[in-house]
Amino acid sequence: MLAVNNLHVYHGYLHVVKGISFQIQKGELLAIVGANGAGKSTLLGTLAGVYKAAEGTIELEGEDITPATMQTLVKKGICLVPERRQIFDSLSVKDNLLLGAYHRYRRDKKEIPRDVEQVLELFPRLKQMLDRPGGLLSGGEQQMLAIARGLMAKPKLIMLDEPSLGLAPLIVKDIMTILRKMCDELETTIILVEQNVKAALKVADRACVLSHGQISISGTAQELMNNETVQAAYFGKKQSNLVRESIS
Amino acid sequence: MHERRLGTWLFALGILLFPLIVHSNYLLSILIMIGFYSLVCNGLTMLMGYAGQISLGHAAFYGIGAYTTAYLSATHGWSPWLSIIAGAVISAFIAFIVGIPTFKLKGHYLALATLGFGVIVYTCFKEFTSITGGMNGFFGIPSIKLFAWEFSNDARFYYLIWTVVLLSLLFSQNIIHSRVGRALRSIEGSEAASDAVGIDIMRYKLQVFVYSAICASIAGSLYAHYVTFINPQAFDAMLSIYFLIMVITGGASSIWGAVIGSSVFVLLSELLKEVVPLVFSNAGGEFEIVFFGVLLVVMLIYMPNGLTAAWKKITGKWRTSTTLSPAAKGGGGR
Repeated sequence: MLAVNNLHVYHGYLHVVKGISFQIQKGELLAIVGANGAGKSTLLGTLAGVYKAAEGTIELEGEDITPATMQTLVKKGICLVPERRQIFDSLSVKDNLLLGAYHRYRRDKKEIPRDVEQVLELFPRLKQMLDRPGGLLSGGEQQMLAIARGLMAKPKLIMLDEPSLGLAPLIVKDIMTILRKMCDELETTIILVEQNVKAALKVADRACVLSHGQISISGTAQELMNNETVQAAYFGKKQSNLVRESIS
Repeated sequence: MHERRLGTWLFALGILLFPLIVHSNYLLSILIMIGFYSLVCNGLTMLMGYAGQISLGHAAFYGIGAYTTAYLSATHGWSPWLSIIAGAVISAFIAFIVGIPTFKLKGHYLALATLGFGVIVYTCFKEFTSITGGMNGFFGIPSIKLFAWEFSNDARFYYLIWTVVLLSLLFSQNIIHSRVGRALRSIEGSEAASDAVGIDIMRYKLQVFVYSAICASIAGSLYAHYVTFINPQAFDAMLSIYFLIMVITGGASSIWGAVIGSSVFVLLSELLKEVVPLVFSNAGGEFEIVFFGVLLVVMLIYMPNGLTAAWKKITGKWRTSTTLSPAAKGGGGR
């Protein structure tokens, strides 16, 4: 569905993403994990059209979307849920959801109220607070709202940047369960960028470890769970110094 | 009827009845000035309160509207209606051209850029003497006519300006409660999130800037036809700052803030003209600047969301207390 080939991205003179290639199939959940500064958010930003690729291609269902703007990509079905939620604080939960369907408002005007209902079935907590300003929700509820707003765009691919950031473990578990449900029941394709590696690998189909702008390890989530290097770097299991150095 | 619409119609009724009850040209002239400023602030409220952008250059559009209509109607004999439209088109075009580079800026830089634009236009009004008359001003601007009906006295002009203000308020209300309004408020909330949902931020910023410029231009044009004489001092940078004070005083988060802020500003101005000479016999116009400067600071500290937000807060509390009172009564019953 999405194919990334030899992608290079710079921030000024800084070479942040160094020749990354991967593919993701429809309905799959791909986790991208790695340390701070590994290039995860830049990679996601480039896929969403925030940053421009210096080299390489991004293809969505065979179509080259590398030079497309953010607005075009949203119309094509790629949706980014940015880091730190970025919901609209002064707008009600309902208005936040309606803004998610912004680009399809004219085309699907009649379907949108039904879509709001469908999305709220995934996030029942939001149902009782439709008129409440987004800024008055708790961190977990805001994250749910951000994902729900993303779903309102009816995306083919939804990308989440650190959805667990600053949330309690129980809320993180809830959110990860919902993401899995989105893949299984709605066949949504998800790219999940996370620092909470354990939580991400529990729900992902496949995963990549990003290190210094390159994919250092990739495989199924189970393979990465069992990988000695990943266990040493992220799960705190004992490991030789040599392996620790290789991942840092 | 929806509460929002009911409020607008009640306001329109009040506007309609006022000259029939109060027969004072002085009071009508004050309300006409409030009308001009309300029209400018209506557009500015959309720009500042809904799209979250600042402009310290709206006196320029007010002036462009005034000078365009003055030049075309007085010098070239155009119909005032056509020259007002021409002023609005020119202002819209200039706003579009100026907006493209300017709205790439944010915060203080944007404020300074718009202030700079206002100063440039003010200098043009002063220096292009063959068109504007320079500091001597532009005389002999004709009154507006509708068929044989001439808007030559205060009562007639009052109805003209307030009809335009009401139409612009209704238009703004419709925008605010539409998909476009939600998009504007999202830009004010978070540009990153607006980007993420696919909103073309630059396009909306430009559109609302052009709309606010058109409002200012029409207000300026009507002002020119009302006073029949204009000079550059009426459109200096200080006026842009006064517009800002009006919007902040009224409250940028409601279009009614435009009317309330303009009313407070004009009424306080008139009051100052009466009171200050009684206290300081040698006082000049600078007292107004000091007073409104202090007002701006006080508003920003104690009522940053303006009078409309304060009013909503008070009525909200009152509604809550009246809703709770039966329960409270029940609780305390025998």
